[in-house]
Amino acid sequence: MSRDLLGVYQPGSSFLHRMPPGAKIAALAAISLLTVLGSSALLTALVLATALALLLVARARAALVLRTLRGMLVMMTLLALYQAWQRGPERAFTVVGALVALILLATVLTVTTSVDEMLDAITRACRPLRRVGVDPELVALAFSLLIRGIPTTLAIAAETAQAAKARGLERDPRALLTPMVIRVVAHAHATGEALHARGIGDDRPGPD
Amino acid sequence: MIEFHDVHVDAEGPEGSVGILRGVSLALTERRVALIGPNGSGKSTLARLVNGLVLPTRGSVLVNGLDVATEGRAVRRQVGFAFTDPSAQLVMPTAIEDVALSLRRRHRDKEQREQAAQGILEEYRIGELARRSVHSLSGGQRQLLALAGVLATEPAILVADEPTTLLDLANARRIGALLLGLSQQLVLATHDLELAGRCDRALLVDGGQVVADGVPVEVIAHYRSLVEQREPA
Repeated sequence: MSRDLLGVYQPGSSFLHRMPPGAKIAALAAISLLTVLGSSALLTALVLATALALLLVARARAALVLRTLRGMLVMMTLLALYQAWQRGPERAFTVVGALVALILLATVLTVTTSVDEMLDAITRACRPLRRVGVDPELVALAFSLLIRGIPTTLAIAAETAQAAKARGLERDPRALLTPMVIRVVAHAHATGEALHARGIGDDRPGPD
Repeated sequence: MIEFHDVHVDAEGPEGSVGILRGVSLALTERRVALIGPNGSGKSTLARLVNGLVLPTRGSVLVNGLDVATEGRAVRRQVGFAFTDPSAQLVMPTAIEDVALSLRRRHRDKEQREQAAQGILEEYRIGELARRSVHSLSGGQRQLLALAGVLATEPAILVADEPTTLLDLANARRIGALLLGLSQQLVLATHDLELAGRCDRALLVDGGQVVADGVPVEVIAHYRSLVEQREPA
């Protein structure tokens, strides 16, 4: 299912699940803007508490939240240390705490919104751009291709690593990277060819 | 009808221009036409010319009177194309969305499109895969879905480039039977000589030229003798 394509979406019936994806994206954008413009320790604490409460409401798996944060741990720690050294611990909390809170809020969005719903929201959001020649469905298709490209690229990386290992070249970066890049580019080319063969984009004005 | 008029296709190689197809002239009117030949012979290029994925360097290709070089869009509306590896062809996250993508032109409304897509999946007996990620399907299921996506556009002609090469015996037979049973004109590039043998006409492509053309059983025999001459057992 596309909803588990990235292994993040968790089906549920909370009000966050029922909320329109566009409203969730708009709320996330508004809170992000407010946090950056307001920039105070109190506001950071509030946004952080809100993010944690929403994660509980969304029933997000603790393992998923920890995995998300673990990916950012090194960068956040370095940033916190630098801010504490340059501008004091309160400022470090304000900046890094706000970033962590926004990452958690983005996690709330992806945990409660399937890829399909997200693509529909993008299509709807792009509709006004139709007047200037943008096809909303093609924009959504581009996002879909991007999302679909993630597991494909991971599968190619795993196959390439196995092939390198089979030849005893698992420590050779050239044996890992060169075929992987070639295969990813070849896949992208084949996908383009398939879209062309299916006439995608043929309903747009322009030369044959 | 598909017509090739003195078609040449050249490609730039490290040592200059290389002729992939050299002076092919044909008229294909039979319902099921097989293209057979060794790897690198030019049969895939010949197949790709039919819907404009490859354009002739010289000469012309006409599909029901439309020139693929100048009327590509109109040609693609008439010609569906199935690739060897369906993974690249399946571009949407789920099976139903992928078929629905083919129906964009016919159904502007999303709900109607999904209903029609579900109907097509049922028609090909893969309705239960509708909400599955295309990434999680088996090779046979992917090829079947890719074909459903192509046939959803109701093309007058289907070109299939080695559609059974990556499949096991059972799936190859299933896809082969589906292809041969289609009402559309079929142009099938294949290494599966059993499948080619069941077509109405076969063309043997070798070195960029059609070296045998006729009843499949005779063309296949010609191919076998060609291989025997080059690689005696």
